[in-house]
Amino acid sequence: MTSAPAGTTRPEAVSQDTPVLRITDLRVGYRTAAGTRTAVDGLDLTAAPGRITAVVGESGSGKSTTAHAVIGLLPPGGRVEHGSVRLEGEELTGLSERAWRDVRGRRIGFVPQDPGVSLDPVKPVGRQVAEVLRVHHLATGRGAAQRAVDLLAAAGLPDPARRSRQYPHELSGGMRQRVLIAMATAARPRLLVADEPTSALDVTVQRQILDHLEALAADTGTAVLLITHDLGVVADRAQHVVVMSRARVVEAGPTREVLADPRHPYTRRLLADVPRLTPRARPATPPAPPAEATSLPRPSPGPAPGSRPAPLSGSAPPVPGPGPASAAGPSGDAPDPGVLLRVRGLTLSFPLRGPGPRRRHLAVDGVGFDIPRGRTLGLVGESGSGKSTTARLVLGLERPEAGTVELDGVDVTAVRGAARRRLHRRVQLVHQNPYASLNPRFTVEELLTEPLRNHRVGDRAQRAATVRRLLDDVALPADVLRRRAAELSGGQRQRVAIARALALGPDLLVCDEPVSALDVTVQARILELLLGLQERHGMAYLFISHDLAVVGQVSDRVAVLRAGHVVEEGATDQVLRTPRHPYTRELLAAVPGRRNPHTPHDPDTPDVPEEEPGETPGEAAARTPHRHDRPTEDTPWS
Amino acid sequence: MTPARYLAGRVLRAVFVVWAAFTLAFAALRLLPGDPVALMLSGRGGFDTLSPRDIARAKAELGLDRPLPVQYGHALLDALHGDLGASLQTGQPVTRMIADALPSTLALGGTALALALTAGSALAVSAHLAVSPAVRQLLRSLPAFAVSLPSFAVGLLLIQLLSVRWHLFPSLGGTGVAGLVLPACTLAIPGAALVAQVLGKSLHTVLREPYADTVRATGAGRARLLLGHGLRNAAIPAVTVVGLLVGYLIGGAVVVETVFSRPGMGRITQAAVATQDLPVVQGVVVLASFVFAVVNLGVDLLYPVLDPRIRATGRLVTS
Repeated sequence: MTSAPAGTTRPEAVSQDTPVLRITDLRVGYRTAAGTRTAVDGLDLTAAPGRITAVVGESGSGKSTTAHAVIGLLPPGGRVEHGSVRLEGEELTGLSERAWRDVRGRRIGFVPQDPGVSLDPVKPVGRQVAEVLRVHHLATGRGAAQRAVDLLAAAGLPDPARRSRQYPHELSGGMRQRVLIAMATAARPRLLVADEPTSALDVTVQRQILDHLEALAADTGTAVLLITHDLGVVADRAQHVVVMSRARVVEAGPTREVLADPRHPYTRRLLADVPRLTPRARPATPPAPPAEATSLPRPSPGPAPGSRPAPLSGSAPPVPGPGPASAAGPSGDAPDPGVLLRVRGLTLSFPLRGPGPRRRHLAVDGVGFDIPRGRTLGLVGESGSGKSTTARLVLGLERPEAGTVELDGVDVTAVRGAARRRLHRRVQLVHQNPYASLNPRFTVEELLTEPLRNHRVGDRAQRAATVRRLLDDVALPADVLRRRAAELSGGQRQRVAIARALALGPDLLVCDEPVSALDVTVQARILELLLGLQERHGMAYLFISHDLAVVGQVSDRVAVLRAGHVVEEGATDQVLRTPRHPYTRELLAAVPGRRNPHTPHDPDTPDVPEEEPGETPGEAAARTPHRHDRPTEDTPWS
Repeated sequence: MTPARYLAGRVLRAVFVVWAAFTLAFAALRLLPGDPVALMLSGRGGFDTLSPRDIARAKAELGLDRPLPVQYGHALLDALHGDLGASLQTGQPVTRMIADALPSTLALGGTALALALTAGSALAVSAHLAVSPAVRQLLRSLPAFAVSLPSFAVGLLLIQLLSVRWHLFPSLGGTGVAGLVLPACTLAIPGAALVAQVLGKSLHTVLREPYADTVRATGAGRARLLLGHGLRNAAIPAVTVVGLLVGYLIGGAVVVETVFSRPGMGRITQAAVATQDLPVVQGVVVLASFVFAVVNLGVDLLYPVLDPRIRATGRLVTS
């Protein structure tokens, strides 16, 4: 392996096998109206048989372009400008389209990113697998159909004979990804390129898919090139890692060494930003009062040191809190003046389509929880668990069949008209996808002014002042005001979305997967922002995510939702360290990055917080999960 | 949604369309100014010789003196029994007139539809398969040009070139296959352009879907991708257009039959409207709406065949 110009490369520690794939000094450019943009520059990489080689980096780093260059399917305008890509010694750059067709599928299998849109929706999945065999003349007719069923079985699809006759929309995301793996491996290629194969999947499904890829490499000697943004996945699965940033390799080497001793600052930053399975810590010192002419509600003055209830009773004896499936809610029914949002017995079902008698699917079934003022409840669960439905019910966008949502003692589900509008000012939503939730043609100024105008808050000058203050709050420069949402990056958009939600000074922010669509470093910044805003303005958060590690970082308490039920609810620390429900344990076990001792999060060893730029020593100290200045019983929200 | 429910819903909708067309035509024709009976009688004899009494008697014979709701009820009942009344001008039963004229128009419309579909699809597919970028560009801009040509102008141009100058086809009349070529082409050209536009656009979108990448990553060639995966996915919006196309062909047939002096429904319609021959116009309208409803019913039934997702939900899925 030759040395990457700007990167740190370690001596190869892998086997003596000749590499299946060897990329040297690859440069890929995209022709655009503004000239050529270099997406990959001077990339060196080898993939050895039976091994998983990971390419890790953020969006735009060039990792996906690398994957597409390897199978010769660069998007329009993309071109390999320099360097060589050798598959088992044979040069692939400059192959004719005709020659490529014998390489793709036959010698290089490709597992795409999003199984939801990567299968032809109008063909049974078995036919799509069989087609690969037909394309490469490996089987015909009935033989191909039978082989397809075998391949689907080998890819771990349950009941493959029946499933092979089904259409993609009848399968779950995980099953579709297994179909795609069956297609990619049908012709027994020597190299498998997997482009973020699990990014769109739930964490437990991700684990199964990665297990399968790992076994595939070990059993068949296939070389796997795994493209991912998740260092946790790299740590668990890859023997070799290539870290990319801004089109270049910044560091490469055996995973163990790179993660234990990252040499490049970018790798260190990437490692630091991976969400850890450690619970949230609140700053020990009250935050500096914000420069505010604020209309935002401020709770009772900032907490005195140590007086702020901290959820981090790490050494607390496992006193059972509310029972795991306490549908009635955490505490009894005595109203607590500190409670902002009180949810009880929330139930909603949807009609099921399909043949047969009419049935209903219980999306949310007796969900209950409390959120005190200024605190965060993390709601965690997989897709289909009822998280988003709960959010819609809390926001009043959906009416429950049973149960109540009380904000300061007022039942949100019952109010109408003007009262409902007033209530909506106090509960705001931050949506999952900042690319879809903001009108791309609106300027940032219009986006931020709109809620103020809708609720007739202030006059023109006051609104302008509020908008400037909001920008300050989310740490965006004033010059973004004139830009349109479409011109902003994902992180900037999510900041705008948060500012928009803050505009009316809400008491409760419902954050529905607010960082799931963002890169890990951007994600870390947004989480920091949310924590800082809470300290400053004292809003409560209902923080919804499928990612336990992310939820743990921001939440005081965590509720685990499964199939519409809260199966476990407790202080974050207790849920992450001593989970009671088997499902919570399953979720925790599926979080990537737990196998390798040098990996980002390892909840069994005390996490020594490293200092980050902009973090005071006090804040860093507060991250240590052992503090004994707290009452030790695990009462809710203590 | 079960297939039976889906089917029942669509059939019901088709029946409603025909009934609504019948009722609207009835209302519109009765509200028109002018007295159809006077026109009818004046066609047979001098208008001046008619006494009001003669007119009243004629109206009574035809049932036109009864209250409108009663007239409507009778007309609807008769129509349900397949009796659309008799022409005021010739006294011939309307069903008889339609039965005589329909085959010629069906031949014209059917040929034009088949031509439009094949030529349009071929154009859309070849615009994506062509290797040379210049040819691709040309094939892609052709539909926009053709769709903007008025059919009477195309018809006259074709007559001028193919009949008058080169004597390949008869210009006027003609009942055989040779006589069908020019009118059918005239009628088909804008339709083909429409099909090519919609299918081409749809193919363009479909071939950029991630699953197209998946197919290419398995080593499949462009033709297999296009014909094996692209066409069926792209056909769904194009099939919708077929329903609209039939509506256009019904209207276009009137113009084309006039330009080429072909006997058929177009000629009957033109004559009936000119003389306010109420039963005939009514019959033509009902027939047109029936054809339109049946074709769109067929289109509705084709969706679930093309797209398995509609089989499950009974709804068009976009994604």
